[in-house]
Amino acid sequence: MAMKSHLLPEFIVERDNERCDSCKVCIKQCPFGVHYYDEEKDRVYSREELCVGCQRCVVYCPKNALKVIPYPKHYRPNDYWNESYIRDIKKQAESGGIILTSCGSARRTKIYWDHILLNASQVTNPSIDPLREPMELRTFLGRKPDALEIDLENMEIKTELHPNLMIEAPILFAGMSYGAISYNAFKSLAMAAKKFGTLFNTGEGGMPKDMREEFKDCTIVQCASGRFGVDPEYLNYSAAIEIKIGQGAKPGIGGHLPGEKVTAEISSTRMIPEGTDALSPAPHHDIYSIEDLSMLIYALKEATNYEKPVCVKIAAVHNVAAIASGMVRAGADIIAIDGFRGGTGATPKIMREHVGIPVELALAAVDQRLREEGIRNKCSVIVGGGIRCAADVVKAIALGADAVYIGTAALIALGCTMCQHCHTGKCAWGICTQDPELSKRLNPKVGAERAYNLLRAWSLEIKDVLGGMGINAIESLRGNRDHLRGIGLEEWELKVLGIKGAGE
Amino acid sequence: MVRLRDPFMDCVRRLDDIASSVDFEGNTAKIDATGLTHKELNDLLRVCVEKGAEKIIIKNVCGQRYIGTRLHFPGKKVEIDVFGIPGNDLGMFMNGHRIVVHGNAQDGVGNTMNDGEIVVKGRAGDVVAMSMRGGRIFIRDDVGYRTAIHMKEYRERVPVLVVGGSSQDFLGEYMAGGSVLLLGLTLKNQKHKANYVGTGMHGGTIYIRGKIEQYQLGKEVGVVEMEEEDYRKVESLVKDYLRYFKDSIKNFELDEIMGERFIKLVPVSKRPYGRIYTYYIRY
Repeated sequence: MAMKSHLLPEFIVERDNERCDSCKVCIKQCPFGVHYYDEEKDRVYSREELCVGCQRCVVYCPKNALKVIPYPKHYRPNDYWNESYIRDIKKQAESGGIILTSCGSARRTKIYWDHILLNASQVTNPSIDPLREPMELRTFLGRKPDALEIDLENMEIKTELHPNLMIEAPILFAGMSYGAISYNAFKSLAMAAKKFGTLFNTGEGGMPKDMREEFKDCTIVQCASGRFGVDPEYLNYSAAIEIKIGQGAKPGIGGHLPGEKVTAEISSTRMIPEGTDALSPAPHHDIYSIEDLSMLIYALKEATNYEKPVCVKIAAVHNVAAIASGMVRAGADIIAIDGFRGGTGATPKIMREHVGIPVELALAAVDQRLREEGIRNKCSVIVGGGIRCAADVVKAIALGADAVYIGTAALIALGCTMCQHCHTGKCAWGICTQDPELSKRLNPKVGAERAYNLLRAWSLEIKDVLGGMGINAIESLRGNRDHLRGIGLEEWELKVLGIKGAGE
Repeated sequence: MVRLRDPFMDCVRRLDDIASSVDFEGNTAKIDATGLTHKELNDLLRVCVEKGAEKIIIKNVCGQRYIGTRLHFPGKKVEIDVFGIPGNDLGMFMNGHRIVVHGNAQDGVGNTMNDGEIVVKGRAGDVVAMSMRGGRIFIRDDVGYRTAIHMKEYRERVPVLVVGGSSQDFLGEYMAGGSVLLLGLTLKNQKHKANYVGTGMHGGTIYIRGKIEQYQLGKEVGVVEMEEEDYRKVESLVKDYLRYFKDSIKNFELDEIMGERFIKLVPVSKRPYGRIYTYYIRY
């Protein structure tokens, strides 16, 4: 006997019938089948229990007749047994499965960015007006030498330098695979990165052949445990290579791209047969230790003739500082740390909400540890996982990051509304989907413009803040924790962050 | 300043300083690997190929890693003879060359290899043929743990691994494509040692000659009958095996090998883990 679902709707769809002229745009726009037309009554109705709150219909309704608002609390108010737990239990009682979700952690946990305040110059040192004076955001990522030998006669650097990446602002697009996101979303980010002068990251799904030549100088190619699409050509059409060990949204577990998403194009990019599951094992089976990591780092350097920096990406976990030290000693030129708020196209909810630590703390701990060990110059540090605005970028740099990865923010720029249903593959905004009808909703040219605009806007804001601090180059802010003060933080938190409290 | 020791890059000499280790004769280059670091040997290999070498003989190899990895020259195919014991990740990411090892090999033979052939006249270590996507690997004797883990195939690229002896645990774990043939010639009538064979397997085929019990197999594989086509495929591989190793294997004849019972393992499902998740259940 079919089980009656006890789940209640999450959203209310309010239709203003005065405004609605039954044009059916909402029906076309909704991939979840919320709206339907009743011919007899010549009216459009909604099945709100299907609504995920993506707001696509609201934005596209030509008459502004729709409103989608969260359902008021269903159950008797209870801070402990809140809606989320009751709902999950009911879902699991009806299905017996692991709850899947997507995007980054949505749970209420302390947001350290919001407890950190920035400094500005007053009287004792002048602030700088970025409108009139040059401001340097250009950033170099990669291993730096211990010392520089300079030929003073010819003004040339004599020291042999390691390969470094040059980006115009300390912001890169985080790894999001073609497969997790649509081709158009993937291409939007590539185009924006190229135009702006930064890098985008292929994620672990390979690089479509038709994009290789055009974007090879602004691509970080990822080599993850599944090794999808990894061959010498892929590795060599890149600016850098990233070994993905872990991801903030799901530290310690692999990934499963379900077979139905492995379309003909995905199949050729990942180099696996159409319709089979793309299973990424939880660990790399050739990496069970720091020594093994070293072996893969140098295998990749060998495969690319030592021409490209190799980055290693891990999720921020409890022992992150010690792990980072090991990674640098293993030969990583760049280390990327993904905080627990980092996003994903699909993850078990339990991993997303409960595993890992905030990137602010992880970053401070890693930077401190590498300095103490005298090896900070051996690598650049990129952090990601919930960077929401330019202020977060500035705080990250001051805490010691060389640059940040933005994933979720970049997708929001393309149209994402954080409905957290990427794992269904039905993204109404054409971002996290492989359905051709849906993905064509995102025009790569328009997407690229939006993503480029975001980079430009944040860069301008960063310059403003730097000017206020009296600093004219991002390099002078890097690891400059004097420019940060904590508010509402306990002693141990200030200690981990390496900052003073406000007023101190 | 704390000096960070780098086991790969420290003390690497410049090409000019190691050029005397190479001896060119026509299209054949001979390298004496005595005292060369990983990078030095691979620097020399690359230069040899750039200079047009089609056959490279490396003597006195002792643990140098990544032989064949830095030879990505699309369209070029080189034959490399390795005397001694090559280090880990032999032929990693290799794309079309042929390597013959006259001795044993270590871990990671043919790791993420794309095309080409590796022949090892001895045994090999762990993670042989991991994530291999194309080409062929022949190992004369036994292999270690996690062999052919996550091997995969794509269109015309169907990797093949032939192991003359037996394997340790996790053979073909997560396997997504390609063929593995385990001949069990070193077993002397005992059963195979490997447990968890084909755990999480969701593509490809494993052929096993010799005794293996049901409990040694992963939940995600099923044993099916060998068909005519399978025998043809296996026989052709065994012929190649005997041809490659005829110098050192004299006790085995084709009929004798093919006379023994083979089993064929295939995945039960292309999606072994498809049903453990709750999608939003209304869809």
